Amino acid sequence: MIIDVKDLEFCWQPDTPTVLSIDAFQVAEGERLFIKGPSGSGKSTLLSLLSGVTAVVDGSVRVMDHALEQLDSVQRDHFRANHIGYIFQMFNLIPYLSVVDNVMLPCRFSAYRHARALTRGKQLESEAMRLLQHLDMDHGELHQRAVMMLSVGQQQRVAAARALMGSPELLIADEPTSSLDADHRESFIRLLFNECREMNTTLIFVSHDASLQHLFDRTVDLSEINRSNQYTTEV
Amino acid sequence: MAILSLAWKSLINRYFTAMLTVTSIALSVALLVGVERLRIETRASFANTLSGTDLIVGARSGPVQILLYSVFRMGDATNNISWKSYQDIATHKKVAWTVPISLGDSHRGFRVLGTTTAYFQYYRYARDRRLKIAEGQQFADLYDAVLGYEVAEKLGYKIGDPIIIAHGASDVSFARHDDKPFRVAGILARTGTPVDRTVHVSLEAIEAIHIDWQSGAPMPGLSISAEQARKMDLTPKVITAALIGLKSKTATFHMQRFINDYPKESLSAIIPGVALSQLWNLIGIAENALLIVSGFVVVIGLFGMLTALLISLNERRREIAILRSVGARPVHVFTLIMSEAGFLTLLSVLLGLVFLHLILLAGQPIIENQFGIFIEIGGLSPYAWSLLGGVTLAGFLVGVIPSYRAYRLSLVDDLSVRV
Repeated sequence: MIIDVKDLEFCWQPDTPTVLSIDAFQVAEGERLFIKGPSGSGKSTLLSLLSGVTAVVDGSVRVMDHALEQLDSVQRDHFRANHIGYIFQMFNLIPYLSVVDNVMLPCRFSAYRHARALTRGKQLESEAMRLLQHLDMDHGELHQRAVMMLSVGQQQRVAAARALMGSPELLIADEPTSSLDADHRESFIRLLFNECREMNTTLIFVSHDASLQHLFDRTVDLSEINRSNQYTTEV
Repeated sequence: MAILSLAWKSLINRYFTAMLTVTSIALSVALLVGVERLRIETRASFANTLSGTDLIVGARSGPVQILLYSVFRMGDATNNISWKSYQDIATHKKVAWTVPISLGDSHRGFRVLGTTTAYFQYYRYARDRRLKIAEGQQFADLYDAVLGYEVAEKLGYKIGDPIIIAHGASDVSFARHDDKPFRVAGILARTGTPVDRTVHVSLEAIEAIHIDWQSGAPMPGLSISAEQARKMDLTPKVITAALIGLKSKTATFHMQRFINDYPKESLSAIIPGVALSQLWNLIGIAENALLIVSGFVVVIGLFGMLTALLISLNERRREIAILRSVGARPVHVFTLIMSEAGFLTLLSVLLGLVFLHLILLAGQPIIENQFGIFIEIGGLSPYAWSLLGGVTLAGFLVGVIPSYRAYRLSLVDDLSVRV
């Protein structure tokens, strides 16, 4: 199991209502998991916990044999830098870096990812180019262009290339297709699948768009496994 | 290293606001260091007004007053020194040389100074520079005048031009010595001292033009022509002050006491260096005020940087979340903003020095012309370096505020922050 969550109880502040209450949640290595749930069902909170941005309060969250509840914030940051790729719904890119620099960004913060990227390409840059090419961004002139000049679809593919840079074991995608139009959603997901398979990366894909779930190995409805029915508004 | 390059690229990306911030701080830095430079130069130029003179003698009064009228040609003496007393001092065995000074007349706003040729021989300024005659010669004839550089330049005089001396400091027509016109015999080279603004004539000439005057007005019914005056005894009866050079500096205090205790007349002897620094303490306050004001301008510039960084932070919460998602720790975020503040500060200081250099290059001739202060372009004083160090330190300290705010944001924001 790459992810093993047990008896998780989470609230933002001691006197606020519980946001997440999960007895058990597991993801197998290499699995492509679709997590669905209406907004307010605790998706973002769960992702924050899995990626180690937010500290576990009660229960156990094991990701790749790291017991996150036992790590301090610096250790969790290292863990995230080394093992997790993350794609946001939109605005994924650092505006003042070129496309290639954006893709290489994870290697700046993790020597582990840096080394892993170099096992695939001779240089970081060529590995970044290769990933971009695999994600249908093979126009050389795009790579040096200011990222804000790219279309939303192109930006999401650059974000995917960055998340996959250095072959992280876990890729978390938080509604990455909701800013894309319907035609591009499926092709984007298929490109993501190809790369994940090639790098043996486990994919957790969060969306409220149930029409995509047939593409995945398994679907989890968060509103079913989250026993906390406090549908608080997410920040 | 990675963070530094991120910070640099981020600044390049926002180059317009970054340049505005840098320029405003740079201008304030240029002002601050410029004022400091001006302070040093004016002080040096001030202290350089007179050198080589061990004592100045005048009628009994305060040191600053004697200094003002004898060296700076400002104000008037309360009393004169009799020629007899002057001779007593001049022939004292410890005295090497004396230069008598007789003041009281003027020419079109410039003071007229009666003296002897010893003046050209012994007067020293700027450590050990002596007066140089740029054109013409010293007094040869009784009615010869030697003009300071500025007098000749402002009034457009050439060698041989006639000039009329007026009685007293103001130039009113009924109190002119127009019966005894002078001729420009020489023009001195620029010194950057009050000598430039002085008309020099001989002591005998001062005596000659006043020979038919009494109590500041021509004696009614008595008129002695210029030529008649030549034949009369023109030994001065009084002088205003005298510069004294001693054979040995160790005798300075002894000689000062001798003059201060002179029994036949109330005299004061002052040590120029001491009086100069007393005077400087008076006017130095204004310069300090200027320096403090320019210090505040720097503070305002740094507040501009603080504002710019804090405003940009709101737009950058998204960027912080992205950095966090790729593994940046809050301390990285802190370092990023801190590096930007550091870059802005260092660039500002460098650009400020460039500005200052350009301003000095452009302003040097103007300042020298208008104020007679020569500003050297080149190295910075240790104090200027410490000012620059202070500005840099202040810039980094100001940078801590937005950096800490970014640090806090990166702790409390989870990755889902949408801005």
